[in-house]
Amino acid sequence: MSILKTENLTYTYSQGTPFEKTAVKNVNLEIEEGELVGVMGHTGSGKSTLIQHFNGLLKPTSGRILLEGKDIWENKTEIRNVRFKVGLVFQYPEYQLFEETVFKDIAFGPKNMGLDKDEIERRVRETAENLGLPQECLERSPFELSGGQKRRVAIAGVMAMEPKILILDEPTAGLDPHGRDVILGQIKQYHKKTGNTVLIVSHSMEDIAKYADKILVMNKSELFCYDTTVNVFSRSKEIEAMGLDVPQITRVFNALEQRGLNFGKQVYTVEYAKELIMKKLRERGKVTRC
Amino acid sequence: MEDIIVSENLRFHYTNEYDEKAAVTEVLKGINISIKKGSFTAVLGHNGSGKSTLAKHFNGILMPSSGKVFVCGIDTSDENRLFELRQHAGMVFQNPDNQIVASIIEEDVAFALENLGVAPKEMRQRVDDALKAVGMYEYRYHSPSQLSGGQKQRVAIAGIIAMRPECIILDEPTAMLDPQGRKEVLKTIRRLNREAGITIVLITHYMDEAAQSDRVVVLDKGQVVFDDVPSEVFSNVEELKRIGLDVPQTTELVYLLRKEGIDLDSHIISEDECADAIEALFRTSNNNDDDKAVQAAS
Repeated sequence: MSILKTENLTYTYSQGTPFEKTAVKNVNLEIEEGELVGVMGHTGSGKSTLIQHFNGLLKPTSGRILLEGKDIWENKTEIRNVRFKVGLVFQYPEYQLFEETVFKDIAFGPKNMGLDKDEIERRVRETAENLGLPQECLERSPFELSGGQKRRVAIAGVMAMEPKILILDEPTAGLDPHGRDVILGQIKQYHKKTGNTVLIVSHSMEDIAKYADKILVMNKSELFCYDTTVNVFSRSKEIEAMGLDVPQITRVFNALEQRGLNFGKQVYTVEYAKELIMKKLRERGKVTRC
Repeated sequence: MEDIIVSENLRFHYTNEYDEKAAVTEVLKGINISIKKGSFTAVLGHNGSGKSTLAKHFNGILMPSSGKVFVCGIDTSDENRLFELRQHAGMVFQNPDNQIVASIIEEDVAFALENLGVAPKEMRQRVDDALKAVGMYEYRYHSPSQLSGGQKQRVAIAGIIAMRPECIILDEPTAMLDPQGRKEVLKTIRRLNREAGITIVLITHYMDEAAQSDRVVVLDKGQVVFDDVPSEVFSNVEELKRIGLDVPQTTELVYLLRKEGIDLDSHIISEDECADAIEALFRTSNNNDDDKAVQAAS
């Protein structure tokens, strides 16, 4: 059974006014448990509106959202529990830090879930460790930390709730290449360790290509596709036409294909590109191993 | 060509306002660079490497703790000439929402000109020219809230070029933008550089943006570690990765293939160059007498 399913999900902003705008149109989607999904779409494509439905921040104008097979809006009083099960990390989440200490800030979510003290303690220390935040920084003010550390504290606050589905809206925006790799590596690690479903919204196709198993693409308020990474990048020309980027390496291989040099495979990571080239060179007896 | 920005043994440290005895962190440790008029220089470095601090010295937001910075011949520590300095060297920041002051686009672009007391007729002309230069002329009567991030950054750039500066310093102008917005802004920057001859200093985290410049300066721990044309700088793949940076995917592919013993030029950065090189690899392999003798050492 899929963990998250949408049925004809439609959302219209300011309905009945001159500013009426349908931001999500008739989306049917099924996300399996344990998947790591990259979410792409240019600004205004409806991807943020879509993910805000997943934890009940927005209520569909029509259609349904099923979490573990149950309509999340069936019983309105249950929506609180939906938000514990689906954790959403906003863009620039470090602006939302507010507590006196890092510990208290990470503990805020778990505390609201009504967990007991020991469990909160365990979760805070464990998540902090997973995100590479040293134990001694737990007693410091979050505002004394560096930008990258602040962001990790903010992410830890949601991870500590141990949501079945973790959604991160551009977790690497504004970070340098190293900081980006560290955070994405930690998210991947979290995904592997817990087996929970993770959705990452990103503009960086190179990152999505490297980390995600599946990709969801939104275009003009509609679901363009939800498929494996290979299949999605095999449609790289359509994706580029939407104003999205495909990895640079994919563009190089598309150019080679046009020149009649066909590798027969969709290339979207540098490692894989290297392997394909080496393989083809060997086939042609070009490279001899010594 | 003449130098427009010169820094001589520039050192800078932040001081603790509350505790003067507290240890100071030295951010810039003796920077010597000079930037040619009309050039396009990219500055790379990981978070905390000192690149934004350096940029803030170029239009007098920060003053050196020791050493000197000259911009268009003006010593930036000369407070009497600060106004003049900022007319020559404009700065664009990361967050588009923090830079727009007016409620109508053309008024925002006119803001600096009003402060400078430019005559209305001249102002009209300059605002129109500036908006046309960044491709935002049709939006002149819009409100900033109706614009995308990339459009707002272009308006911020228009506000600078209305002053007719010789030099624009941009501190991660695309960090908060989507790919479309990034492309728009970069295209605008490159055009201003090529067509209007404006000197560009671009601070960025994006290697593909740096690859389009004439010169790449890499900072690490407050010092210049590389300073050369992009193809030279990016050929130092291992060293760049060690200091927390990246290289374009094309350069990385070439690097990996070279490690396998394939004979390729390590200075490849553009997609075309990369495709050409790979194509050549197979063209020669079809033709055995022209064998480039590739031996994989494994």
